Amino acid sequence: MKKLDFKLKLLLSLILAAIALALLAYLDANRGQYSYTLSILERSAIYAVVAVAMNLLTGFTGLFSLGQAGFMAIGAYTVAILTIPVEARDAVYYVNGIADGLANAHLPLWAALIVGGIFAAVLGWLIGYPVLRLKSDYLAIATLGFSEIIRAFISAPQFDRITNGSYGLKSIPSFPSTFMVFGVSALCIFLMVMILRSSYGRAFRAIREDETAAEAMGINLSKHKQMAFVISCFFTGVAGGMLAVYMRSIDAKSFQIGLTYDILLIVVLGGIGSVTGSILGSFLMTAGREWLRFFDDPLMIGDFSVPLFRTGFRMVIFSLILMAIVLYYRKGLMGTKEFSWDGLYRFLRHNLYLRWRKPVAGPKGGDGQ
Amino acid sequence: MSEKVLELKDITMQFGGVIAVNNLSLEVREGEIVAIIGPNGAGKTTAFNVITGVYAPSNGEVDFRGETFISNYPQGKMAKLYAGENRGKYAKEIRKTPDRITKMGIARTFQNIRLFKELTVFDNVLIAKHMNMSAGLFSSTFMLNRAEEKAMRADTLRLLEILDLADVKDEVSSSLPYGKQRRLEIARALATNPSLLLLDEPAAGMNPQETDELTAFIRRLKEEFHLTVLMIEHHMNLVMEISDRIYVLDFGKMIASGTPGEIQNNQRVIDAYLGVDEDGE
Repeated sequence: MKKLDFKLKLLLSLILAAIALALLAYLDANRGQYSYTLSILERSAIYAVVAVAMNLLTGFTGLFSLGQAGFMAIGAYTVAILTIPVEARDAVYYVNGIADGLANAHLPLWAALIVGGIFAAVLGWLIGYPVLRLKSDYLAIATLGFSEIIRAFISAPQFDRITNGSYGLKSIPSFPSTFMVFGVSALCIFLMVMILRSSYGRAFRAIREDETAAEAMGINLSKHKQMAFVISCFFTGVAGGMLAVYMRSIDAKSFQIGLTYDILLIVVLGGIGSVTGSILGSFLMTAGREWLRFFDDPLMIGDFSVPLFRTGFRMVIFSLILMAIVLYYRKGLMGTKEFSWDGLYRFLRHNLYLRWRKPVAGPKGGDGQ
Repeated sequence: MSEKVLELKDITMQFGGVIAVNNLSLEVREGEIVAIIGPNGAGKTTAFNVITGVYAPSNGEVDFRGETFISNYPQGKMAKLYAGENRGKYAKEIRKTPDRITKMGIARTFQNIRLFKELTVFDNVLIAKHMNMSAGLFSSTFMLNRAEEKAMRADTLRLLEILDLADVKDEVSSSLPYGKQRRLEIARALATNPSLLLLDEPAAGMNPQETDELTAFIRRLKEEFHLTVLMIEHHMNLVMEISDRIYVLDFGKMIASGTPGEIQNNQRVIDAYLGVDEDGE
């Protein structure tokens, strides 16, 4: 199989990055016109981080966890509490007041994101001890339970002076620049890719493939599972923090189980075990829901009003598309493969090149290739 | 006589009311090739699983180079249920997880091949090098351990060359033909730098010619890597040709031990394999 030159691939990657950056700069410059598009792209980028973090756990280590919403909530609340301007706090906590220690605790956004990630990671570490002894579905159920417990704690009246209970947190300052969202997301995903490419990433994959064999190869199962879980929680926490800043106001309801399912859908859609698949999936999922909005408006052809076109119909179409994808692309869009220029080249060769050039037939029908 | 590498003392493994391994004692000395044979269900693989830490025995001890690394006595539920011998002889509980036992220098292969199916041949072997890595998560993420990583890769490649697998190193392991998958499993075990190699039915599913090749192959590995080998095998040709000593298990109990010549003429072994006419003539 013919492979592309390394320099060419690097050049193509740089061009792709430049195009993405230029497009982003263009959208940002004409913010008034494109603010809706930008906000969809920003949400996609944030979801991509959570999806890759979930994939690191589910697709690469083989641990099926459904605790994403809970860990995102930890990150989101940490970042929100630490970044709401001190002078705005009395207005935010107007019912119960703010806890004394927190009244003046303020950090710049980047530091708050890291702290949010660390809090989520520490909690993941604590929860990991009992939970990671479980396998497959049982692990999913246990993490799901913990995620709901976190949400219940957040909205509990006992923590009103910290989380503001059911009133939620408002006045979270927005991102200083739209580039920060994409920058931080890209950095997070880059770090996770580097982890997966390291020897530890290989150990994670070994655990996914066969726990017994991995252990016989000297891989300490509990240590490596714990490690994968904590890494995943950290980045989920950071992404949760970004989501808080993106939404500007959060409450416990923002982190219901539906959020985890959204992420799970992205991971399945993109391909369990593919980082690029998760990124692709998150953009398609988030944008897809918006593209299909025209199904929600009544459609008139002449005087005839097409039935079914009404609010909520888009979700029916969306579900049908998802079902089709799961049925026909059983392993998701990317399976366990990653995007590569070689792969794209091969794909194009097979699907285009061969069609405009007839294969040269051998004397007896030939072998075709 | 050379040093004892592995010694099992009165190992009993009881699952509920079933005794899978009953009071098994055996030893393997430096540089030997020792075989465990026996009919199906005799408890051979269970014994392997005890040695590698997959199961904790119900009673008994296992030593590696004079150091006890597994020890147990009937306790908890087993205290009531225990139906084996030598109760009360051992009073310590020592457990090691399989990964720590591998680090001590005991590597194994599996009866039903357990490769990392979706990974390449190269990665399968490279993973075994992970345990001896000194770099932490941080430095290996940021590629600060280039030299170490490079050495790991070089070692892996060298090993694949010795085992004639270098030409298929980039192939997905599950796509290999059966014989090569077996060989890859041995390569992976050797990558952990063992001094004792446990082979669980290495010739299972092989034809006579492949079995002959395997005989030479195991001999070669033993010399090249200074190994001591303990193996479970059903192919009598292989066992008789290669083993220094043989232990015979039947229904969890050891019924005979000795050199291949002694085993071949042992009446109890012949009975166990061919069955005894219980009604008499």
